[in-house]
Amino acid sequence: MFKSRDWSEFVITRIIKLTGYSTIIFVVLIFFFLLNEGFPTFIEVPFASLISDRWYPIEGYYGILPLLIGSLVVTVGATTIAIPVGLCTAIFISEISPRWLRDILKPAVEILGGIPSVVLGFLGIIVLSPYLRVLLNLPTGLSAFTGAVLLAAMSLPTIVSIADDALDAVPRSYRNASLALGATDWQTIWNVTVPAARSGILTAFMLGIGRTIGETMTVMMVTGNAPVLFKGFLSFLYPVRTMTATIAAEMGEVATGSIHYHILFFIGIILFLFSLVINITASAVVFRQHKKVEKILS
Amino acid sequence: MQKFILAGFVFLIWMNGGCINSSGRNDQDISSSTDKYIENKGSDTIVNLALAWAEEYQKSNQDTRISVTGGGSGTGIAALINGTVDIANASRRMKSEEYENAEANGIEPHEFIIAKDAIAVIVNHANPIDKLTLEQISDIYSGKIRNWSVLGGEDLPIVLLSRETNSGTHVYFLEEVLRLGDKNNPTLFSRDTLLLPSSEGISSEIRLNPNAIGYDGLGYVTPDLKVIAIAKDPGAAYILPTPETVIGNTYPIARDLYMYTNGAPSGAVEEYINWIFTPDAQNIVSELGFIPIVNP
Repeated sequence: MFKSRDWSEFVITRIIKLTGYSTIIFVVLIFFFLLNEGFPTFIEVPFASLISDRWYPIEGYYGILPLLIGSLVVTVGATTIAIPVGLCTAIFISEISPRWLRDILKPAVEILGGIPSVVLGFLGIIVLSPYLRVLLNLPTGLSAFTGAVLLAAMSLPTIVSIADDALDAVPRSYRNASLALGATDWQTIWNVTVPAARSGILTAFMLGIGRTIGETMTVMMVTGNAPVLFKGFLSFLYPVRTMTATIAAEMGEVATGSIHYHILFFIGIILFLFSLVINITASAVVFRQHKKVEKILS
Repeated sequence: MQKFILAGFVFLIWMNGGCINSSGRNDQDISSSTDKYIENKGSDTIVNLALAWAEEYQKSNQDTRISVTGGGSGTGIAALINGTVDIANASRRMKSEEYENAEANGIEPHEFIIAKDAIAVIVNHANPIDKLTLEQISDIYSGKIRNWSVLGGEDLPIVLLSRETNSGTHVYFLEEVLRLGDKNNPTLFSRDTLLLPSSEGISSEIRLNPNAIGYDGLGYVTPDLKVIAIAKDPGAAYILPTPETVIGNTYPIARDLYMYTNGAPSGAVEEYINWIFTPDAQNIVSELGFIPIVNP
C-alpha cells in the first residue's frame, strides 16, 4: 500500500505539472503559428499599401486601417455602454437590492450571458436595427452603434458577475465602520465598498473588454461590414467593418499561401496583440493594487 | 481500489478518444468501396440547388453520400485547388490566377455549365422606382448617385447592399454591371457598400429598409421583394428577369453556373455529374427559380 500511494502521487503530480505547462506551451505555439503565417505580409505588401484606407483584397487593395478603426470603434462604444451599466447593475445586485430580488436578478443576468452570439445577431438584424433606423433617422440600422449595443449586452453578464463577486468579498466590517462614522448608504457604497473592491471590478471590466474585442458573429451580421474610415463622431451611427468579421468572412476563400492569406493572419496577430495588451494592463493594475494594499497592511 | 477504477476509466476514455476516424472524403478512384462519398463545396448561390440535387440523387442511389457546403465561389475554388473537395460549385468562371495556382498544385480543373442564373436587382416594396439602366445601376453602386431623388424617387439616401467579396455573385456584378463588361474599367464598389455575409441578410434588410437596394440570384428573390426591370443601354427596352428572358438572352445580367472537378470525373463523381444533365435534375433547377440548361 505504501508503494502504490507514492507511485500514484508521483503520477498525479507529473500530470498536473504537464497540464499547467501545456497551457503556456499552447499559447506560445499559437503565437508562433500566427507569426509564421502572418509575417510574409511585410515582405509581400508594401507598407504604404498596408496603411492605406481601402480594403478590397480581390483587387489588391490591402489597407487595414479601416478594419483596425472599425474594431476599435465598436469595442470603445460597447465598453462605454457596458461599463457604467455593468457597474451600476453589480452595485444594485450586491448592495441595494433585497435578498429575494437578488435571487432573481443574478440568475437572469447569467442567462443573458448564455445566449449564443448568433441569436443576438439575428435579433439585431430583425428587431434592433430597424428600430434604431427609425428612431435615429439613419439610412440603415446596420451600424457600429447597433453592434456596440449588442456587444455591450454580451459583455454585461461577465462584468456584472465578476464585479458582484468582488463587491461581495469586501468584509462587512468596512461597511459597518463607515456607517458607524455617520456616512449614508450611498457614501459608503461609493467611497468605501467600491474602492475596496477595485481590483476585482477592474478585472471584470478587462474581461468584458476582452470578450468584446474577439466577438465575431454578431458584428458580422449587424455592423454592415463596410470598410469605411471613421470620420468624426457621427460615423458611429454608420456601418463599419471589424477585423474579426473580415477574418471570418474571407478566410474560407483564400488559397493557402497567397498574399490575402498572409494578410488575414497578420490581422489575427494584431487581434492577438490587442488582447495581450489588455490582459497585461489588467494584470499590472491589479498587481499594483495588491502591492499598495500590502504596504498599507504591513 | 477506487483509485485504480478511476485510473482505469480515464485510461479507457483516453484510448477511445484516439480512435477518431480521420478519413474524410474519397478520392475518385475508390469506387470499389461500398459507400461512395462526394464532397461538394462552393457558391452560396448554387448551394440550395446543390442540396436539392444531392437529396434527390441520394434517394435513388443509396450507396452514395454527398456532402454539400456553401462558403462562396471563391471558397469552393480554393478548396478544389487545395485538393480538399471533389466538386467545386462556382457562380463565376475560374480566373487565370486560379488556373495557375491549380496547375502549381497539380490540379487540372474541368468545367461544367450546370444551370443558368439571372441577377435580380431588388428594392423595397415602398420604393417607387421600377426600372433602371445598367449605367444607372453602375453609378449607384460606385457611389456617384447617392440619393433616390436623382432617379425620380423620394428624397432618401441610397443604402447599397452587396454580397461579400468571396461570392461569385459579387465578382460577376463587379465585372458585368459596375464595369459594364469592360475589363479595363477601374470602377470599384463604393466604400459605403454594406457587405452582408448571406443572401438572407440582404433580403431581410431590403424588406425592412425603404432606402436599400441590393442584388442577388433570381432563385433567392421572394415575392415580397420588388425586382427592377433593367435596360442594357439608355435607349433599349426594360426587361424583367424571367426564365424566358434569360434563355432568350434579352435580360442583360444573366450568367452560367459552373461545377469544377479535378481532371475528367470518374466513378461516383462522373455518375453524379451525368445525372445532373438529365431532365429530372433540370426540373429541380426550374423549381428553385434558376434556369435549366437542358429543356426538360
